[in-house]
Amino acid sequence: MPLQSLDIIRRSATTTPEPEVRGAYAGTVAKLIDTTKCIGCKACQVACMEWNDLRDDVGTNFGSYQNPADLSDRTWTLMRFTEYENPKGDLEWLIRKDGCMHCADPGCLKACPSPGAIVQYSNGIVDFQEENCIGCGYCVSGCPFDIPRISKRDKKAYKCTLCSDRVAVGMEPACIKACPTGALVFGTKQEMKEHAAERIEDLKSRGFDNAGLYDPPGVGGTHVMYVLHHADQPALYAGLAPDPHISLLVRLWKGKTKPLSLALIALTALTGFFHFVRVGRNEVDESDEQAARANLEANRRPELRP
Amino acid sequence: MSNSTQRDTLLRYSAPVRTNHWLVAIAFVLAALSGLALFHPALFFLSNLFGGGPWTRILHPFIGLFMVLVFLALSARVWDDNRMAPADWQWLRQWRDAVNNREERLPEVGRYNGGQKFLFFVLVVCLLGLFVTGFPMWRAYFTLPVGLVRLSSVLHAIGALVLVCAILVHIYAGFWVRGSVHAMLRGTVTPGWAWKHHRAWFRQITHASHPRTGSD
Repeated sequence: MPLQSLDIIRRSATTTPEPEVRGAYAGTVAKLIDTTKCIGCKACQVACMEWNDLRDDVGTNFGSYQNPADLSDRTWTLMRFTEYENPKGDLEWLIRKDGCMHCADPGCLKACPSPGAIVQYSNGIVDFQEENCIGCGYCVSGCPFDIPRISKRDKKAYKCTLCSDRVAVGMEPACIKACPTGALVFGTKQEMKEHAAERIEDLKSRGFDNAGLYDPPGVGGTHVMYVLHHADQPALYAGLAPDPHISLLVRLWKGKTKPLSLALIALTALTGFFHFVRVGRNEVDESDEQAARANLEANRRPELRP
Repeated sequence: MSNSTQRDTLLRYSAPVRTNHWLVAIAFVLAALSGLALFHPALFFLSNLFGGGPWTRILHPFIGLFMVLVFLALSARVWDDNRMAPADWQWLRQWRDAVNNREERLPEVGRYNGGQKFLFFVLVVCLLGLFVTGFPMWRAYFTLPVGLVRLSSVLHAIGALVLVCAILVHIYAGFWVRGSVHAMLRGTVTPGWAWKHHRAWFRQITHASHPRTGSD
């Protein structure tokens, strides 16, 4: 690969190892989203639209600042607004920038049947290669976060790329550039964890005892992480999964079932072949024909008589 | 057998039944190849037969629907002849005699033997399952809860596996019992063939007092 930062370490529907000699020894990348600093300005959404040349349809107001209403093929990141009344009776406006989490163990990639339609770079970014996408939507079934969207226009799957094109040449993702409060930061995963630890310590000193980092181990950790005031209740943040993992059904479907099924099909075919080799065909011989004719003569139906 | 032109052969499958069977067979081959292409990376190359990955994804559900429709028609034709009787269970218990060509030890067989009937019901269950589980996976037209889609995906794969294996058995059995492929291609069998493999059916169609069956 010409760009070391785009070395592919995992590729969908591929059963042999990818080139993995060159590792990300300087550390994988991560985006940290500090929900406690977010003011919901949506500059990140605009930056995403601008950098990626995306213009979603203008939707309708559904009684929330959240706009558009949902992620789509042309909305790769979305501020989700939740009005939460805490036990003290105070209103908390919880705003979470939603989008691809760039799982270390990506369910989309596991589910994808098209070789190379989904790749994972050595820096941790999970990227869709739309030219290889066949539009089956298996990535949607595989994702534990409900992120990929199939375009109605071209039937391809789209999601946040973590600005892999920018990161490849040493730049930050577009959303990071646009954030006015420093709620979005980008760096190596290790740096981001350290930065988060400082933030969490500060939050705890301000009375947010349950502040914490969201880096769910069920999917091997993620390359997009959240600092949450209520890390004990991630679901408060517009239904963020408390313990995401690749669904057991998806693991069944895409795991051992695949090679075992092929083996079973091959075994069935081989059984037929060896039955032929050992037992041979079941053939009618002359004695059967004679017996049949004798029986026919004795019991002819009237209309068949010559 | 008034519509059989050759004096010394018996009509086993009429032209409509043969046509229907081969429509199912062609649809099955296409559905299986396109489905296997999406099932295992090692078989993704099969998508080239259909014009590439996206075309495979587009065509597979329509081929599958067509297969279910023509199979429905075929099963309506052969349903009555595939009801399991006690002799069929006895036949299945003696499967070792059947696979070792010791047919003389088996109970007399009607139009279909126990194995054929059992296979028929396996096909009915598989096709119904594939039909039902296919819709949630058909993202172009259906958007259903992701849990249901995941469950359907697993069941669709399992149903397809059982179906493919069952059809491999069916194809081999057709080759193994000489004369069966000809019967399904051209419609006729020799009296000896009917006498040996389906003696009760032989008596039924050749003896004046017996009524003819629906799938003649």
